[in-house]
Amino acid sequence: MQLDAKIPSGPIETRWQKHRFDMKLVNPANKRKFDVIVVGSGLAGASASASMAEMGYDVHCFCFQDSPRRAHSIAAQGGINAAKNYQNDGDSIYRLFYDTVKGGDFRAREANVYRLAEVSVEIIDQAVAQGVPFAREYGGLLDNRSFGGAQVSRTFYARGQTGQQLLLGAYQALARQIDAGKVTMYPRTEMLDVVVVDGRARGIVVRDLVTGTVSSYSGDAVVLATGGYSNVFFLSTNAKGCNVTAAWRAHRKGALFANPCYTQIHPTCIPPSGEYQSKLTLMSESLRNDGRIWVPKEAGDNRPPGQIPAAERDYYLERRYPAFGNLVPRDVASRAAKKEKDAGLAIGPQRNGVYLDFADAIGRLGQDAIAARYGNLFDMYERITGENPYEVPMRIYPAPHYTMGGLWVDYHLMSSLPGLYVIGEANFSDHGANRLGASALMQGLADGYFILPYTIGNFLSQHLGEEKVSSDHSAFRDAEGEVAGRVEKLLSGNGTRTVDSFHRELGSIVWEKCGMARTREGLLEAENEIAALQEVFHREVKVPGSGVEFNQSLERAGRVADFFELAQLMCRDAREREESCGGHFREEHQTAEGEAKRDDENFSHAACWEYGGGRGSDAILHKEELEFEYVKPSTRSYK
Amino acid sequence: MHLTLKIWRQSSPEDAGQLVTYEMPDVSEHMSFLEMLDVLNERLTEQGEDPVSFDHDCREGICGMCGLMINGSAHGPRAATTTCQLHMREFEDGETILIEPWRAEAFPVVKDLVVDRSSFDRIIQVGGYVSVNTGSAPDANALPIGKEVANRAMDAAACIGCGACVAQCPNGAAQLFTSAKIAHLALLPQGQPERQRRTQRMVEQMEQEAFGSCSNFRECEAVCPKEIDVGFIAMMNREYLRAKLS
Repeated sequence: MQLDAKIPSGPIETRWQKHRFDMKLVNPANKRKFDVIVVGSGLAGASASASMAEMGYDVHCFCFQDSPRRAHSIAAQGGINAAKNYQNDGDSIYRLFYDTVKGGDFRAREANVYRLAEVSVEIIDQAVAQGVPFAREYGGLLDNRSFGGAQVSRTFYARGQTGQQLLLGAYQALARQIDAGKVTMYPRTEMLDVVVVDGRARGIVVRDLVTGTVSSYSGDAVVLATGGYSNVFFLSTNAKGCNVTAAWRAHRKGALFANPCYTQIHPTCIPPSGEYQSKLTLMSESLRNDGRIWVPKEAGDNRPPGQIPAAERDYYLERRYPAFGNLVPRDVASRAAKKEKDAGLAIGPQRNGVYLDFADAIGRLGQDAIAARYGNLFDMYERITGENPYEVPMRIYPAPHYTMGGLWVDYHLMSSLPGLYVIGEANFSDHGANRLGASALMQGLADGYFILPYTIGNFLSQHLGEEKVSSDHSAFRDAEGEVAGRVEKLLSGNGTRTVDSFHRELGSIVWEKCGMARTREGLLEAENEIAALQEVFHREVKVPGSGVEFNQSLERAGRVADFFELAQLMCRDAREREESCGGHFREEHQTAEGEAKRDDENFSHAACWEYGGGRGSDAILHKEELEFEYVKPSTRSYK
Repeated sequence: MHLTLKIWRQSSPEDAGQLVTYEMPDVSEHMSFLEMLDVLNERLTEQGEDPVSFDHDCREGICGMCGLMINGSAHGPRAATTTCQLHMREFEDGETILIEPWRAEAFPVVKDLVVDRSSFDRIIQVGGYVSVNTGSAPDANALPIGKEVANRAMDAAACIGCGACVAQCPNGAAQLFTSAKIAHLALLPQGQPERQRRTQRMVEQMEQEAFGSCSNFRECEAVCPKEIDVGFIAMMNREYLRAKLS
């Protein structure tokens, strides 16, 4: 298979502009002749659906939640980056581009990242025009903060609810198009397969989650905006419904899956409190601006934190990284916490956390100042743990949060399956091996508002006048039959174990062996253990109820079945990547000081996997070599 | 701790439904309310019984998907807290807990504790937005907005659309939800051109749905997990009057 990323030529500053001119257009009267299917209604899906409907396309948007307003983008707390340079601190499109390529540890595609930085400024304009209530200065202009260790203040925010406000902006734009009759919305509807006709994506098979009816929809293009796969770990900060099924089904039908081993482990989450733990809650990264992270110097020190004198505490980030201290990037902070836990120094009743301590900041600034900055986060922490973080340090530990890997796309955001586009977290393109804070919202909205609506026209214009494929076509009947067969198989098992019990066990294997630190040996073990557990799953899983009703156990069972296959590919990808980069840390590849050691000579590529039958070892590797013409690879140092 | 749960079970919209009692002998105080239900469901599944259906997603109090009547109170006993963020330390050993779905004609039951809130989406669809096409926006700082105004708009925009306000209201009224969106946009300069049309259409859509009328019980404000205040309802009423008179 020949991979063509279709990156335009010329100076990087003018590529997107020139490309927009070069692409073919669909004239306004012809746009309504095209039906576009969009799966997912988060930032990427809602913004793409609304924008394409405004242009004149007929859009069909699907989501599994009861309303498009509930997609998991809504949970993003911190903010959204844009190269506005409103703070006059030397920011620019080029600097945001540079920071993102470097932050991704030189494993992202330069041209995509430059375009992302370029359209970032338009996103803020659009959101403000929609009425998104960003934080403001007394003079009425927009406020910014520095986020995630950036040396400029380029992050726009709406209290601790930036994702919510941006999503509601996109949701409202979508609602307007639903009212105008240009978008048909299908809530509580889950996509279970892509339909391919003559090598091109022509539709999807869905299950109505209320009635259980399996049916299909045809269109001229299919867009997946279905988010990431952190829930493969079972415990993650993702919403419970987040899953890989749509992306995985597309992968099985021919879309390459790129860099599945690039997962982001966020350093500041509340550690699990017991066996029943169902998910993990993120505490915003902004807390590291004032909180100091430490563990006791002596393993087994059982004194309450307030009784451990300063000399007997190890502020390990400040010690190891004097320049950045508690503000080192996410991957570095997460690995450092793991190192302390592995050394037996973790704290808390379950010995599964490190302290994030605000005592010094409260002493310096007063409790009121800290409450003004983080009050809602402190309240949330108290609700969940029952502890008052104004009096005792927070307990935190890293947790899976975001996945940089995803379906491979070219510069147009089209996957290797013609007619199938992938946007937002579901694709692989912009964050390389590590995503910087406040960049996920930016990418989702860049893809949805400003990139896909242009590039999809270039594809559709080449198919003007072609006959529509009806959902009565045999390919649709066959795909529906396959889906119904899978549902039937899940229900027919006469086992005794619940879906969640398998998901937890799968998650714990992936977390232990393909989490924050990986070894070749561990990954090989994991691949075998996962394959073995997968067999037990299909033999012994118990899915109560039937397929023709509202059945949440059945929904989960289908998603977990796909996670089993993805997990094996993640391990394979992690095993083949014999280097450490960003969130991917191979213990065999580290410097004498324990830092990640890249191998640019052999691994400066995106690993793009072709489906080979479900086992990790069956997958076929294709490489997209990455070229760095502008930002020359260097070693990231935060010392 | 040992808890007794009385849970509303209803297999379909047509089913009459009934309360079923479940004993939970080993609940940890650190569990969230939904984790306790997860434990119950694991047990029911293993025993070959149908687990209890309930809506939930982010479990961080922001998506608005979860929502249960707990001992007659929407989202349970703790103020400013969604069901997913409620933890069992709020309850006493030996307590009996009554768990019901949102009770409102406008939110028909789908199954067990799951209801249909699409009426909320329909209210937003008729006008809960600023009509600005992608790509047509001026520079974000071209329009200064006072900090207090932006903050007040944010207070209203914080609504998560969970429906607790409707569920708690003796009339099943949706005034708090509808007014939050009307106020968010009426407070901001971006919302001015469509201010009257928006108010009129949203209020009229609300009245066409099966919601009741507001008679100032203020139960909505008391249970709102985002502490949205009834001042916005007064504002909506003024906005509506103004729209009708002009």
